[in-house]
This record gives sequence, structure tokens and C-alpha cells, in this order.
Amino acid sequence: MIIQSLEIPKSDFEAQTGWSLKPEGACKGDRCVPLQGIDPAAHTVDIRLLSETLVMPIVHDEAHGLYAVGPGSGGPLLASAECPEITLPDLDGNEFSISSLRGRKVVIVSWASW
Amino acid sequence: MDTKGAAAAREWIEIAKPTHPSLIDAAHILGEKLGIVNVPMSAWINEDGILVRLGDAAFTQVSPIRTMKITDEMPKELQEVLREAKKIQTDPDTYLGALRDWAVKGVNSQFAWSPAEVVERSGGRSLAEARAAACFELGQHLYRGGNERDAVVHWREAHRLVPGNWTYKRQAWSIADPNQGPTEDYEGNWIKDVKAQGGGEAYYLPFVP
Repeated sequence: MIIQSLEIPKSDFEAQTGWSLKPEGACKGDRCVPLQGIDPAAHTVDIRLLSETLVMPIVHDEAHGLYAVGPGSGGPLLASAECPEITLPDLDGNEFSISSLRGRKVVIVSWASW
Repeated sequence: MDTKGAAAAREWIEIAKPTHPSLIDAAHILGEKLGIVNVPMSAWINEDGILVRLGDAAFTQVSPIRTMKITDEMPKELQEVLREAKKIQTDPDTYLGALRDWAVKGVNSQFAWSPAEVVERSGGRSLAEARAAACFELGQHLYRGGNERDAVVHWREAHRLVPGNWTYKRQAWSIADPNQGPTEDYEGNWIKDVKAQGGGEAYYLPFVP
């Protein structure tokens, strides 16, 4: 997640990370992490506080005034065996969701031009 | 998985004319969400959207590099790369056999992992890996914004933090040099890093049922 300010709209944080900020904490799937010093009802969140709680490292590029927030760490890569939502464009820019293939077996193969 | 997006992938897809969806992963989403660290690697998903295998080297045929003749006319650097590439272990018969077995038998296939195995075998995400993901994303953002030079420092850091992530490396190296050879931008390059990490023989993990 690339941001220009360490205080960002709560909706942006939730949309880009998949975490939901609720009274019981930051929740993703069945997992909730208690939050301290963060008001889940506020419209903006301090990414530094969330970063500490969710162990999401922040990398700063001072020259460009940018921050990159990494994914959460310290736990399993996958919280469950359910395939995460993956939506990517085709050559023509049409978005395609892997989940649209439910009901069929699917094999994803990574490839690159390099 | 290609930072240069559709522009880089188009000619390959148009020549191959695949009948399956071919999607453009310019942001390396497969790395972030499924832990894909090289190409070709695969994920198998059952009819209910549940992962049943992850991270196998997904070769479906023997690489033509294995039979390519190395000649004295080739540049020395290319000869060295090809010699190492010929050592890369791929086993398309085993991989395709397992895939076909799962396609027919589904959950009863010996090659289908249980949900608990999938989570366990996917491993964890360390703080170094999470920081490397942030560095790589920041480099991508700068590169796409036209700041290629400023992307290098972040990509170098991603390489340092997670030396075993070949997509981070090969992506960045290929932008500096299409042959992924030595450049002033990066300490590593394909041949140097492959040798440092055990040689071509260890480049892909063997298929494990």
C-alpha cells in the first residue's frame, strides 16, 4: 500500500489491506487483533499505530514523500486454505476474478517475459 | 508477473494464443497473496475455491535450453548462463502426472493437500519478507511513475532482505539488463546468485507429493 501521509482515511486502509476496524479490534476473516490507542469509529487512522499492532513495516522514501506499508508479518502467509480474492486485468484491461471460476478446478501458473 | 504490464506480455500472449485466461499481474499480486517467488510456479484451486497445492515448479515440458548447443561463437557470459541453466532440475512428467491425477480424483488424489497442509506448507511471512514486499512495491510505484533510477535503491533492499525471492530479483535485473547480467545497479545478477544459492540444481525445489 503506497501512501503519502501517515494518517489516512479508515476506508482506504480497510479497502487496501482487507482488515476491518471494529470495536473488538482489527479483524480479517475469523481473526481479530485488539487495538490500543485507535478509535475504530474515527474517519482517519494513524498508520504507525496500526503498523505496530499488525506488524506491518513502513518504508519511507523521503525524496518522493512516499510511504509503502508492507503486509502483516509474524504469522502464516495464508490464514486459511481459501484462495484469497485475486482480480487482475487481461490484455485488454478487462478485470477477471479467479473466484468467477468457482465450480471448476483452477490452476494458476505464474509466468513473466523476463 | 511483470512490472511492465501488458506492454511486455502482449507479444507472448498473442503468439501463444492461449484458450485460458491470461492475466496481467503488474503489481506481483501472486507474490503478495500466494507467496509465488519464481516463474513458472503454480497454485491449484478446487471447485470450492480452496487451495490444494501451492508453489510447485510448474513445468509442462522440457525446457529447450536443455538441448540447446553451446558454441564457441556465443559470448562467454551467455555460455556460462546456459551451462548453469542446463543444470536446472525440472520434471514435467511428474508434475503433469500429478496434475492429471488431481483433475480426475480431486480430494482423493495423493497430490491434493488438506486445508491444514496448505496453510502449513505456505509457510509464514517474516518481518523481513513483509518489509521486502513494501520495498518492492515502493520501487514499482516509482518505476511506473518514471523514476526508474530511484526505484533501484528499494529493489536492492528487497533483494537483500529476501535473497530467495527470484521474482524480486529477476524483475529488477531485467529492467537494468534484459539478460539479467552484471550491472552497476545491483550487487547480484542471475548467474552469480544462482551459483551462490546452490547452482542450477537447486534453483527449483523438487516436486513433493
